[in-house]
Amino acid sequence: MTDIPVTSPATKARRPNRLFRNLNSKVASIPMIVTSVVIFLGGTLWTVVYSFTSSKLLPRLNFVGIDQYERLWATPRWLVSIQNLATYGILSLIFSLVIGFVLAALMDQKIRFENTFRTIFLYPFALSFIVTGLVWQWILNPEFGVQSVVRSLGWTSFTFDPLYNEDIVIYGILIAALWQGTGLVMCLMLAGLRGIDEDIWKAARVDGIPMWRTYLFIIIPMMRPVFVTTLVIIASGIVRIYDLVVAQTSGGPGIASDVPAKYVYDYMFFAQNLGQGFAASTMMLLAVAIVIVPWAYLEFGGRKRG
Amino acid sequence: MDKSTIATVHPDMPARRYPGPQGKRPRKALSGRNIMLYGALGLAALYYLLPLYVMVVTSLKGMPEIRVGNIFSPPLEITFEPWVKAWAQACTGLNCDGLSRGFWNSVKIMVPSVIVSIAIASVNGYALANWRFKGADLFFTILIVGAFIPYQVMIYPIVIVLRELGLYGTLTGLIVVHSIFGMPILTLLFRNYFVSLPEELFKAARIDGAGFWQIYFRIMLPMALPIFVVAMILQVTGIWNDFLFGVVFTRPENYPMTVQLNNIVNSVQGVKEYNVNMAATLLTGAVPLFVYFVSGRLFVRGIAAGAVKG
Repeated sequence: MTDIPVTSPATKARRPNRLFRNLNSKVASIPMIVTSVVIFLGGTLWTVVYSFTSSKLLPRLNFVGIDQYERLWATPRWLVSIQNLATYGILSLIFSLVIGFVLAALMDQKIRFENTFRTIFLYPFALSFIVTGLVWQWILNPEFGVQSVVRSLGWTSFTFDPLYNEDIVIYGILIAALWQGTGLVMCLMLAGLRGIDEDIWKAARVDGIPMWRTYLFIIIPMMRPVFVTTLVIIASGIVRIYDLVVAQTSGGPGIASDVPAKYVYDYMFFAQNLGQGFAASTMMLLAVAIVIVPWAYLEFGGRKRG
Repeated sequence: MDKSTIATVHPDMPARRYPGPQGKRPRKALSGRNIMLYGALGLAALYYLLPLYVMVVTSLKGMPEIRVGNIFSPPLEITFEPWVKAWAQACTGLNCDGLSRGFWNSVKIMVPSVIVSIAIASVNGYALANWRFKGADLFFTILIVGAFIPYQVMIYPIVIVLRELGLYGTLTGLIVVHSIFGMPILTLLFRNYFVSLPEELFKAARIDGAGFWQIYFRIMLPMALPIFVVAMILQVTGIWNDFLFGVVFTRPENYPMTVQLNNIVNSVQGVKEYNVNMAATLLTGAVPLFVYFVSGRLFVRGIAAGAVKG
């Protein structure tokens, strides 16, 4: 905060028709301006404002304070979905970063058939969450899938039915999500590894540092920006998870695999309890903000100064 | 200078230009390291390929064989009936005309959405890169930050806006929605590309008297063809794979393929026909997979474009 008021008169001479300068560019940017201001900014504010109302079937402006939030956090279904999101989110972050990095490191060993391997690791990413969810629903089907195959091999007490077991259903979803998403992480990491100067490797080799230590203490710290970007991409995807759950379990068994995005959708379009939906989606926004704001501050705030 | 610094750090190191043996050190093909390396990669590849294999195998079996066999065994008798059934007869609710309806709906949604969203975003990116006006960067920042806002936050306001415009539930409405949510990433893509072009090009055209649209159509557009292809790959797969917008913004008769697929497979009535389900799943995945395998490196570039900031 500056204490000194800026009193100097505007030094720039204003042209009379500033609004019409560069008019074509402004006209061409109208879609962008409308989208960013009306939809992204306006829509978000609208939802936040209406989350403090008691809207049911139609949005109405009768404010009830934080009633909706109190009700939200007293709803078992919401607590389950938050818990699921937390479990899924933390595990998915850890596993996708580790698997993605290990695969990238393996790919970076000047291997043969690199393109073939990359094509194989990345193709699930081209598929939709619906397709992913349905395939894994089939593979994890206890009657025909992995469980029955292992049992038919002789291990008859083998039990692996994540999609039908409330306690582990979220891990079943995690397996499918990792299958779909780790290829992307691998690709980003590989690009990061390729960006590292070859001389670093030579220097480490000259100094006799073992390869795993070079990765752990030299390469990974150097790849910090890549990790941060990847983290932000994965994290914002985690909060959004919806299609995969719908396809794989429809939130079941019961409500065991519910997630916030599904909660919001159901309350907005089925339960006709808009206020609840808005409050829940505002909480989702808050979750994203916790991840994005520090990152955006470091990334863009820093660049302007630099 | 260079040599001396190295010499001070490692006094006993030989001079850098050491006339040693030339070329790569020959390496045994079956060294322990290689076995580990390719073994690990091979195992990982197997994990990634397994679901595709299971899908294909299941879709070629008959139901009796599925009930007795295991999901990994290849089909004893190959039958294409599940494919035919998935395409032309599978039921969603009262309609029993198969996935073909969803396929054509998806095509009807995808083609205009891809064209409109790319047209808007490329002009936006061009304006941001070459014709910056006051406040442009602010709007762009909101746009990029907005890309991280969960869709659920903005869906209902959009429903209201579209309803007011009389577009809710129509194909046009869905095209608008796809253009809106494709805008951040595509604008970023095009802006970064146009910024990277030499500025002299733009200035020369300006001196020659070309205006906003003339420079766009006659200079920028022809130069940006590769980035248009990248944007197309991004949008074709993205819009084809969309589920949420399809559910929220269309009526059942316009449901895209993903929504219809989910309805077919997860319907509670009737006997589950796993082979038909897998054939339907493969059919839905076929378009993005085709784009992926054909585009190869460009696909990687497209997804990296979202991640790597310019």
